[in-house]
Amino acid sequence: MTDYHFDTPAGPNPIDQQKIIGHPHDRIDGPRKVSGQAPYAQDYRDGISNIAYGFIVGAGIATGRIDRIDTREAEAAPGVLLVMTHLNAPKQGPHQHDLAPQLTGPEIHFYDEAVALVIADTFEQARDAAKLVRISYTPKKGRFDLAQERLNAVKPDEDEPDTSTGDFAQGFAAAPVQLDVTYTTPDQSHMMMEPHATIAKWEGDRLTLWTSNQMVHWAIRDVAGTLMIPEENVRVLSAFVGGGFGAKLWIQSDAVLAALGARAAGRPVKLALARPQIMNNATHRPATIQRIRIGTDPQGRILAIGHEVWSGNQPGRKIENAAQQTRLLYAGKDRMTSHRLAVMDLPVGNSMRAPGEAVGLLALEAAMDELAEKLNMDPVELRIINDVQFDPEKGPSRPFSTRKLVECLRHGAREFGWSKRNPKPGQVRDGNWLVGMGVGSAIRNNLSKNSGARVTLRPHGSVLIETQMTDIGTGSYTILAQTAAEMLGLPMDRVEVRLGDSRFPESAGSGGSWGANSSTAGVFAACEQLRQQIAQKAGFGGAELTFRGGQVHAQGRSVSLASLAGKNGIAADGTIVFGDLEKRYAQASFGAHFCEVGVDRYTGETRIRRLLSVAAAGRILNPKTARNQCLGGMTMGVGAALMEECVVDTRFGYFVNHDLAEYHVPVHADIPDLEVIFLEELDDKSSPMKAKGVGELGICGVGAAVANAIYNATGVRVRDYPLTMDKLLERLA
Amino acid sequence: MRPFTYQRAATPAEAAAAARTSGARFIAGGTNLLDLMKQQVETPSHLVDVNHLGLDRIEPTSEGGLRIGALVRNTDLAADQRVRRDYGVLSRALLAGASSQLRNKATTGGNLLQRTRCPYFYDTSMPCNKRKPGSGCAAIGGFSRNLAIMGVSEACIATHPSDMAVAMRTLDAVVETIDPAGATRSIPIAEFHRLPGNTPQLETNLKVGELITAVVLPKPLGGKHLYRKVRDRSSYAFANVSVAAVVADGIQRLAFGGLAHQPWRVERAERETRPEAIAEAVLAGARTTKQNAYKLRLTQRTLTSVLQEARA
Ligand SMILES: Cc1cc2nc3c(=O)[nH]c(=O)nc-3n(C[C@H](O)[C@H](O)[C@H](O)COP(=O)(O)OP(=O)(O)OC[C@H]3O[C@@H](n4cnc5c(N)ncnc54)[C@H](O)[C@@H]3O)c2cc1C
Ligand code: SF4
Repeated sequence: MTDYHFDTPAGPNPIDQQKIIGHPHDRIDGPRKVSGQAPYAQDYRDGISNIAYGFIVGAGIATGRIDRIDTREAEAAPGVLLVMTHLNAPKQGPHQHDLAPQLTGPEIHFYDEAVALVIADTFEQARDAAKLVRISYTPKKGRFDLAQERLNAVKPDEDEPDTSTGDFAQGFAAAPVQLDVTYTTPDQSHMMMEPHATIAKWEGDRLTLWTSNQMVHWAIRDVAGTLMIPEENVRVLSAFVGGGFGAKLWIQSDAVLAALGARAAGRPVKLALARPQIMNNATHRPATIQRIRIGTDPQGRILAIGHEVWSGNQPGRKIENAAQQTRLLYAGKDRMTSHRLAVMDLPVGNSMRAPGEAVGLLALEAAMDELAEKLNMDPVELRIINDVQFDPEKGPSRPFSTRKLVECLRHGAREFGWSKRNPKPGQVRDGNWLVGMGVGSAIRNNLSKNSGARVTLRPHGSVLIETQMTDIGTGSYTILAQTAAEMLGLPMDRVEVRLGDSRFPESAGSGGSWGANSSTAGVFAACEQLRQQIAQKAGFGGAELTFRGGQVHAQGRSVSLASLAGKNGIAADGTIVFGDLEKRYAQASFGAHFCEVGVDRYTGETRIRRLLSVAAAGRILNPKTARNQCLGGMTMGVGAALMEECVVDTRFGYFVNHDLAEYHVPVHADIPDLEVIFLEELDDKSSPMKAKGVGELGICGVGAAVANAIYNATGVRVRDYPLTMDKLLERLA
Repeated sequence: MRPFTYQRAATPAEAAAAARTSGARFIAGGTNLLDLMKQQVETPSHLVDVNHLGLDRIEPTSEGGLRIGALVRNTDLAADQRVRRDYGVLSRALLAGASSQLRNKATTGGNLLQRTRCPYFYDTSMPCNKRKPGSGCAAIGGFSRNLAIMGVSEACIATHPSDMAVAMRTLDAVVETIDPAGATRSIPIAEFHRLPGNTPQLETNLKVGELITAVVLPKPLGGKHLYRKVRDRSSYAFANVSVAAVVADGIQRLAFGGLAHQPWRVERAERETRPEAIAEAVLAGARTTKQNAYKLRLTQRTLTSVLQEARA
């Protein structure tokens, strides 16, 4: 494996040709997907015989202890192979992440936590027998209400829960214009299409898991750590993933219990979470309370900005870092951010699409709208005059690598017809609809992660890419093929991509929007390596190479790749290794969202009429798949603004609306034609690809644009998301 | 899902006779029953398939109305020319319900008998008097945002979620049945669904094994037919409040969904003209929770909007 160190800004490279990269190529895995040939975790059959099925029994209380657990009836039920509980579960390693290990004791930590696993010949038998496991509990009082637990919140043991620059308290107190508002966002559920799902199979002491997972090498680490077996003994396959949104960054109960169950049963085991279990048994995005204070001069220039966030989680778990964007988005001398964490007994909270920013911007960007009104200023202008081209906490010594927020705002305002917005709320009517427009800025931290790939020039001159990288519906297959095709001068149909197998080189995986930029850079690194090997074999020494039409040209000579590949082909491994450019430069992608809503003047129902996003995210590797990512993000942003909420029953301590009939996400009828515009940008500090994350940018700020449009339409400001009709209704004329 | 026996009946009388034991259930489209069986909210020991009884036709009655077979699918009923022309409120209500996939399976009889969507009813770890009489009601004091405000009791505040039934209530539809002994009867829709009282587990006035064979619509009323369903998203959501209206010369019929465990209609209120006065009469005796009190205002405002359109 050859490392390609990325320590200095990228110079010109073959990617800049943009003959294939940067084009809206169709998904190369599309035909397989629409014809049912793309195997998701539960679809595998080859080499898996005599499969048994697992079903998880979840706790019926949120906190307390199991007194007695009687599995006799379940064990005697037809087809049942075994019932595993904390009483007979094998010893497992220490806590890894999320839901590993499982069945460790009689203590109940949250509602629907696994208390038993039933393995049977058929799925129906397992599900049926699960109801026959008799459990008696001693319940304990729990902590379920964030508004109350906020009082007990403490500074969490994390990297950087607080930041402070200048003197916020003084700066804010002295500011001529002051805004002090508190917003809340609810718990949210990922609710990806494909549930958490695994097939586990043992051969001797070797385990294979076909599982729906975003991060193959993390899965290997956590499975091995949980089962206390060497990492080499675990193989993870995750070639197609039906959405994850962060829920599948770490392994969940399905993977652990399938593995334990398969070992105990001596048969391969298939196990998926039922839809209701996704919400309570697995992870979710925690609710937040956010206080935002902004002080400006009379012209609207920010003097002081403060963002405090409270969230809750199980002991030892993470915060929702909803103030992180406030550290970077706007200027201002005196600043502070803080995160406080309350220990709660709701299910486990963890990353969900754009953790931090997605809900942080719901608050910050609505607050900016309130501020604009206070200042009697156009909300777009307010954002523009507070633009800053360097990290405002660190000063000009840490400039942004690129930052086109202002361009996004201006371009969007022009395209959207922002000038037609009536700044006075509640003025525009269309029949029974109150009509309004809103804007929200978007920022998403650009993260990168080392990523490797193997590129093989095969006999006949085609190319195979292998990497642990996953495609969670994002388009990884396609952009990785585009990268290699560009680097090696081949048409797309000469490139094959295989993903998600732990036997391939370790990759960045899919998460935090780092996947596209990092994993294509990994393929870039491997292709660089392959190009050198090819040059050597062709006898080109250190000459300037051109790869075109299946041939390599140099020194007036052309050699076909097929002839160089020989009988055995040429394989090259490469890994992109990121240096400290991320520290020296603030890196983020930016955007602006513009929304027009109609609010029914009688009922308070909100319907989106138009939604435009303008984004600047470095090189757009494939405008079609990138657009697709934005459309998904925008849809989720609409959901966050209008309907998504895990409803907490604060008496029983669980999310009540745990199915897709009751946990509302937008349906087609909620989403009009969405428009996405990408501004041209190359970020030479992000990677040799000069690209940045785009998947999560799409959700960041959208919900606030919707909320601001609702305010513009109605004159009613609701600070508790989601903005459902009942909250508007009270105050509608 | 518990194991069960299955029988495909050939005639309505045979079906009813086969369902005379309390563990038996009819299965029509299965869109509600199967879900409940998977969760073990319902655990029938015997299923009687009623899909092959020849009850899938819509025929004119001698009184100038329509007889809708109990197995007519929601999609087909909504699309029927005569229904669209003469009973627009019904067509609109059907199309506002569920999704097209569900409507393709859902039947007229099954829709009337679908069970509440109260989330605690679906969760077998939670107390629920409807599911397990005497266990308590988790919704009172809990997540009740979309539950009933009219005709509720200390035992239960669930709504009946059907949109179709609300439209049928404005039309004074009549439900026709046959019982296990072969006796037939007609039940006015107003007397079909029960309010919870102390026995929320009893949801209709059907007897054990009584099969719905048809729903009869009286002759058309003419006039304007509207169905306005207010919900948290544009489609595929149950009503927060819905209003079915038939307004013609000298006729003003109004029924409300999302308020009670039956389509809510107060005939006395229909003599009023002002929306506020109608709403006051309709909502008299309302009992709300903190979470669902908004339905009072929502009902009144939705009604105002509907009447404005109906009278325009
Ligand atoms: C996600 C979702 C969303 C939905 N949204 C809506 C909505 O917005 N509005 C709405 O109105 N509905 C909605 N529905 C409910 C849907 O309309 C019902 O599930 C459907 O109408 C039931 O009809 P079925 O034929 O499938 O009944 P089944 O599931 O087959 O049966 C339901 C019940 O009726 C009994 N039954 C059936 N036929 C007869 C008969 N002839 N005589 C006596 N008893 C009988 C069965 O024994 C059973 O108890 C939704 C359902 C789902 C799953
Ligand atoms: S409202 Fe009715 S259905 Fe809901 S929990 Fe209470 S008793 Fe059960």
